[in-house]
Amino acid sequence: MAKKLNIAVTGLNAIDSPGPGIPVIRALKDSKEFDVRIIGLSYETLEPGIYMHDLVDKTYQIPLPSGGQDILLQRLAYINEQEDIDVLIPNFDAELFSFIKLEDYLKKSMGIHMCLPTIDQYEQRHKVNLNEFGDKHGIKVPKSKMIFSTAEINGLMDEFSYPMVIKGKFYEAAVAYNYEQAATHFNKISAKWGLPIIVQEFVYGTEVNVTAIGDGKGTTIGAVPMRKLYITDKGKAWAGITLDDQNLMDLTTNMIGSSKWRGGLELEFMKTKDDEYYLMEINPRFPAWVYLAVGAGQNHPEALVKMALGEDVTPFKDYEVGKLFIRYAYDMIVDLKEFEQISTLGEL
Amino acid sequence: MRIKKNIAISESGFIFNPAVGDSYSTNPIGTEIIKMLKESKSVAEINSYILNTYQVEASSFEKDLYDFVKMLEKYKLTETDGQEA
Repeated sequence: MAKKLNIAVTGLNAIDSPGPGIPVIRALKDSKEFDVRIIGLSYETLEPGIYMHDLVDKTYQIPLPSGGQDILLQRLAYINEQEDIDVLIPNFDAELFSFIKLEDYLKKSMGIHMCLPTIDQYEQRHKVNLNEFGDKHGIKVPKSKMIFSTAEINGLMDEFSYPMVIKGKFYEAAVAYNYEQAATHFNKISAKWGLPIIVQEFVYGTEVNVTAIGDGKGTTIGAVPMRKLYITDKGKAWAGITLDDQNLMDLTTNMIGSSKWRGGLELEFMKTKDDEYYLMEINPRFPAWVYLAVGAGQNHPEALVKMALGEDVTPFKDYEVGKLFIRYAYDMIVDLKEFEQISTLGEL
Repeated sequence: MRIKKNIAISESGFIFNPAVGDSYSTNPIGTEIIKMLKESKSVAEINSYILNTYQVEASSFEKDLYDFVKMLEKYKLTETDGQEA
């Protein structure tokens, strides 16, 4: 009989630059071992997942990460009183710091289980520390540097040349072919995500990504590589296909092995025409395309829940190569009453 | 030179390279040529087989076959001895 669980999930923003919440929920709903009630945790009133009642049973607004941990804790205490949450799966980079800090407390005082990377792992894989991370784990990383002002751009010309990539500390990146473009991207991205901005060497190639999960002891529980077949103007995959790429799998298992990564993650690589792999980014949570892994035979979110509950998880052995995902947009019709309720009461 | 072992070819002429996720489609003659390359037949053997089986002008087919094989190489669908993936 399937075990009943109340699972709280963030990242309900199933938009053109989607959060991973909805695919994570779909994966959990597919589980044969769990019978899940999904508690959505939202930041904004127009996150589509709030209104997707076939997937999300109840949604509560939670405070933005900038509000601090105390206010988040108070809100989670209230939500837990109503819902008795067993497992919580945070899906945003920006909120992870708070949840990692609260992991032990939430488990001991509220019985809420999570399976997250350690604070060291979270910090080490940060874009600003990625070169060091690459050196430590034997992975090539494009040269990058933090800057705090557009005045620093021209001073980088000894080390960098155009084109270069201008990246936000959490999200967004843009390629700059001259100083004017670099300064424009700097201003636009820093206004949205703050400082520092990361300037990165531009690597020509094909982007290949891996969604994976580590047990925190060095074992890769699962890993599925994918190539984006259709990319939106925001650089997001709108379609992708699973690959048979042993080099990519070896890089992933070696990295998880040496870092002892705990929880879900996404590795973003650039594969050059000479078949060299450059690590572009590590996202410390599942990607929005994680449901492709489920479709290919590896239910990573289900494995994450088992790990959070302290259960033993057998590593996945294989996956189906040549499985595609194709994303689509869908207009939901929503009553004003529902919008009013989430806007005024903070729950729906 | 032969087609890499991991390349999948369907009866309909759909070719899938699982290492990089690229897919292509070819006509029935292209499919036949690729299957022969997969069986390690040489380009010369394929050339003479096609010329004996179909009514086609030798000079124009030879050029087309050369172009086709170069295209397969460019798309990294082929390998030679000592180059197995």
